[in-house]
Amino acid sequence: MEKFTGKVWVMGDDIDTDIILPTEYLVFKTIDEMKPYAFSPLRQDIAKELKSGDIIVAGNNFGCGSSREQAPEVVKALGVKCVIAKSFARIFFRNAINNGLLLIENPDLADDIKEGDEITVTINEKIEYNGKEYPIVSLPDNLVEILDAGGLVKAMRRRNGLSD
Amino acid sequence: MGHTMIEKIIAHNVGHEVKPGDIVTVDVDYVMLDDIMMPFIVSKFKEMGFSKVWDPKKTVIICDHLVPASQVDDTRAYHISCDFAKEQEIPNLHRSDGICHQLMTEAGYVKPGHVVFGTDSHTTTYGCVGAFSSGIGYTEMASILGTGQLWIRVPSTIKVNITGKLPSNVMSKDVILKIIGDLTAAGATYKALEFTGDTVENMSVSSRMTMTNMAIEAGAKCGLFAPDEKTAEYCEIELDDFQKNLKGDDDAVYEQVLNYRAEDFVPVMAVPSNVDHCVPISEIGDVKVDQVFLGSCTNGRLEDLMAAAEVLKGKKIAPFVRFIVTPASRKVYQEALQNGTLDILLDAGADITHPSCGLCCGRTGGILTDGEVVVATNNRNFLGRMGTNKVNIYLASPKSAAMSALTGKISAAE
Repeated sequence: MEKFTGKVWVMGDDIDTDIILPTEYLVFKTIDEMKPYAFSPLRQDIAKELKSGDIIVAGNNFGCGSSREQAPEVVKALGVKCVIAKSFARIFFRNAINNGLLLIENPDLADDIKEGDEITVTINEKIEYNGKEYPIVSLPDNLVEILDAGGLVKAMRRRNGLSD
Repeated sequence: MGHTMIEKIIAHNVGHEVKPGDIVTVDVDYVMLDDIMMPFIVSKFKEMGFSKVWDPKKTVIICDHLVPASQVDDTRAYHISCDFAKEQEIPNLHRSDGICHQLMTEAGYVKPGHVVFGTDSHTTTYGCVGAFSSGIGYTEMASILGTGQLWIRVPSTIKVNITGKLPSNVMSKDVILKIIGDLTAAGATYKALEFTGDTVENMSVSSRMTMTNMAIEAGAKCGLFAPDEKTAEYCEIELDDFQKNLKGDDDAVYEQVLNYRAEDFVPVMAVPSNVDHCVPISEIGDVKVDQVFLGSCTNGRLEDLMAAAEVLKGKKIAPFVRFIVTPASRKVYQEALQNGTLDILLDAGADITHPSCGLCCGRTGGILTDGEVVVATNNRNFLGRMGTNKVNIYLASPKSAAMSALTGKISAAE
């Protein structure tokens, strides 16, 4: 199983998609142009400070609000390795999987974690932090298929007989 | 064993019985694509290797977030929308007729029992006529355009049963805000909401739309009302046997049942900055209001404008209040013009804007700045939604919004 370690950024409950990326930036042509504005209503500077391989740990209902897929795309483009939350909003969950952004549900980690600390994730198995292990539930098969293909676009390209 | 409404709709679509948790592939009856997502939908569609939309007649493209343009680059999405409609011979293109969720039922697309997806979270709205409709991202929309299908997990259902007569100062907006406050913003995540009871049976389709529109604010996959004679009249159809039977069975299994007495509801607002921060207006205290917004797919319909006009007839709003009124569609605009509603609102001091998403999505038509207070009839009071992240957004019914415009401070409908 893939295993990785990353530095954690902590966020609260109900981090909505207007926080992840405000509407005014949705019209930009590329996700790269949107990157500096990620999370700006809540934390002006976090987009600058996030490093590739970092992990976001949040409370309940991460990604609630609009269907804007730019939200998970911009999080992925910032190099965030995965988001671990107590729960995710439905549309955000689908959008993230479809773009190959790993989401992990865990009810306890957010209450224990301190910002800036490091955690180690073993996919589909566990999270390790401060000598404690947090179990991870594995994803349904149809979602694993999409993730395995590298996202929905690549899955559809395969369906249509095209190369990746 | 009986079935809930959503189980019946999905079973009808896939041709076999289903239960919550089943993962099934549905055939899509309509898709709704809005302008702001069109550039990404089209590029993903091509990137996936598709060349023809599976069914142009089932595809509806609606320009509403970016019309009329408020920034120099906005017309790019408009041109991409029009070009794609032409290239794919999609007959259903709305260049500037109103807000997508208003048009999908008003213009006659969605009918009871349909399965519909749209690239906007408030796609849950069409449950007002008994359709299963939900929001998705642009990549999934591109895959539906190519295949006509989408996988879904059959949701469990929370039944919300309301009986009795609502007080005259309470609108369906107050009802749904209270329900969201009780459920919390994540309380119905992945689930269906089914609204039942004589209170909702007595509501107009417009009032029901306000509630299904906001089902997503509790995280729900969809919100549903059983189709009835009002639905049939609104949709200009006769209900067939499937549609007539489209209600939760008495012995259906619900994950949770919430019971409310209509008489217990009071005028409420969702206070900054979460939709589930629902507070009776009588407890909010003395808050001066800078702006009132009456509009959106939540509360921009004729009955909403008329409810506000009833409060404001022959009166003037507080002199320091900016009162923005945005009809939900061209049709609503015309009807409100013809029946004198707009006259009353104009006399009271309103600015009437073109029908569109407008201020609700924070791009045009009354953006606010630090420290300002807006009482708004739309569906979200998120941080930064209508301007800077220091704008205080209070969500309210059209009647309470009108009363707040009149007094210049947060006030309940009387």
